[in-house]
Amino acid sequence: MAVYSEKVMEHFMNPRNVGEIPDADGVGTVGNPVCGDMMSFYIKVNNGRLSDVKFKTFGCGAAIAVSSMVSEMAQGMSLEEAKQLNRKMVADELDGLPPNKMHCSNLGTEALRKAIEDYETRQAKSSV
Amino acid sequence: MREVYFDHAATTPLLPKVVEAMLPYLKEHWGNPLSLHRFGDRPREAMEKARAQVADLIGAQPREIYFTASGSEANNMAIKGAALMNQKKGKHIVVSAIEHHSVLNSAKTLEKLGFEVTVVPVDEHGLVNPDDTAAAIREDTTLVSVMHANNEIGTIEPIVEIAQAVKERGERHRPYIHTDAVAAAGILPVDVKELEVDLLSLAGNQFYGPQGAGALFIRKGVRVMPLIDGGIQEGGRRAGTENVAAIVGLGAAAELAKAEREDWARHLIPLRDRLIERLTTEIDHVYLTGHPTLRLPGHVSICVEFIEGESMLLFLNMQGVAVSSGSTCTSRALKASHVLTAIGMPAALAQGSLVFTIGKDNTMEDVDYVMDVLPPIVQRLRQMSPLYKGG
Repeated sequence: MAVYSEKVMEHFMNPRNVGEIPDADGVGTVGNPVCGDMMSFYIKVNNGRLSDVKFKTFGCGAAIAVSSMVSEMAQGMSLEEAKQLNRKMVADELDGLPPNKMHCSNLGTEALRKAIEDYETRQAKSSV
Repeated sequence: MREVYFDHAATTPLLPKVVEAMLPYLKEHWGNPLSLHRFGDRPREAMEKARAQVADLIGAQPREIYFTASGSEANNMAIKGAALMNQKKGKHIVVSAIEHHSVLNSAKTLEKLGFEVTVVPVDEHGLVNPDDTAAAIREDTTLVSVMHANNEIGTIEPIVEIAQAVKERGERHRPYIHTDAVAAAGILPVDVKELEVDLLSLAGNQFYGPQGAGALFIRKGVRVMPLIDGGIQEGGRRAGTENVAAIVGLGAAAELAKAEREDWARHLIPLRDRLIERLTTEIDHVYLTGHPTLRLPGHVSICVEFIEGESMLLFLNMQGVAVSSGSTCTSRALKASHVLTAIGMPAALAQGSLVFTIGKDNTMEDVDYVMDVLPPIVQRLRQMSPLYKGG
């Protein structure tokens, strides 16, 4: 399939970190099946760093590859670093995405950000 | 690796006799059919023979057949050409909700030019109701367009009844009736006398003919404005030097389809029905779209719940299986299928659309192979999906 890069296809065929974390420290879900893309990210946080990142995705080849790449890039990152991940960084790591699939890379970083925000909200509540 | 082509709705392989018929017009008889000198003779004769072959396929007169470059062009010519030519009589047209984009977008363009368009809804099987169609007709309606069969869900429309209802409705003047028969001609019996339509579109690459060859049937006496102005080709209705080789191929395919169509259907129907049965019984949460029986002989369209079409397509392609999908991600325009929306398919489910269109050379082994490779693909994608709560 000439449309996707080899890297995208690799992540699509062998996605890293697929799954849920039952006792996750933060969960973020973006998109919805109506649009055709939905991603849920689950994180464990240890000493301000992402000790585990897992995801589940409903979507096309690009959506799955992006989720996998985001989860791989984010492993071990500090929360601040992880929040800085943007779609261009993800697309570049994947050796590019077709123009009409760039929105998938946005969705991936957004889902991760939401999971981190969820963690921070829970932290804020528990410290009250 | 076994290769299974189940995407005949996209295009079909050429029959060997079609290729044979075309070659001389690529190699030796490459002249312009309009040329008065000898180099135009053979091309012109071949073109007129093709015209007669296409006419014969649909029960028309050769002079009622106009060659186009595609089915989409024929649809544009019918919709825009008829509406624009007859606008003094009215500026309202009626189309069904599941028409091909070339019909719907032609209608949208007409709207921008000041026309009004009424879209007739369909039922959950994609069937157009003849009475609903007739009810949409007004004093100022000049054209009604309902497709003969739908490429995405396979449903065959009751064109005879629709044309009847339209005729009974029109009093002082009745609108022209157009049918997009691109998915039907050469596959189903299509006879313009029986259908009683004024305009009909078809395309060669749907029935084992070449790409780049379509035709519009325009009943004698029907007025259509040319879309492509210029010289006097195609009776002044469609300018441009004709693609003789493709037209010859179209004619050859038409003649072969007329003779073989019934045999092909007899071969396809058991394959289609077996694939439908296996898909809906061996994989859970799979739904057939379109009418269960009033459907094209080789057409299987389903929605697979909890996962998305393009990802299924990619995995199937890796295993040698070629199919299509109506999911948003598969559409280059990133739009959800208007056909699935029109039949009331929930948007999330519509994303799991898969369309298998079987052809005359496919076998039961191909069906079995697809059923070997698809269930594991579905399982794998479902394990990754946040929507699937299963083992």
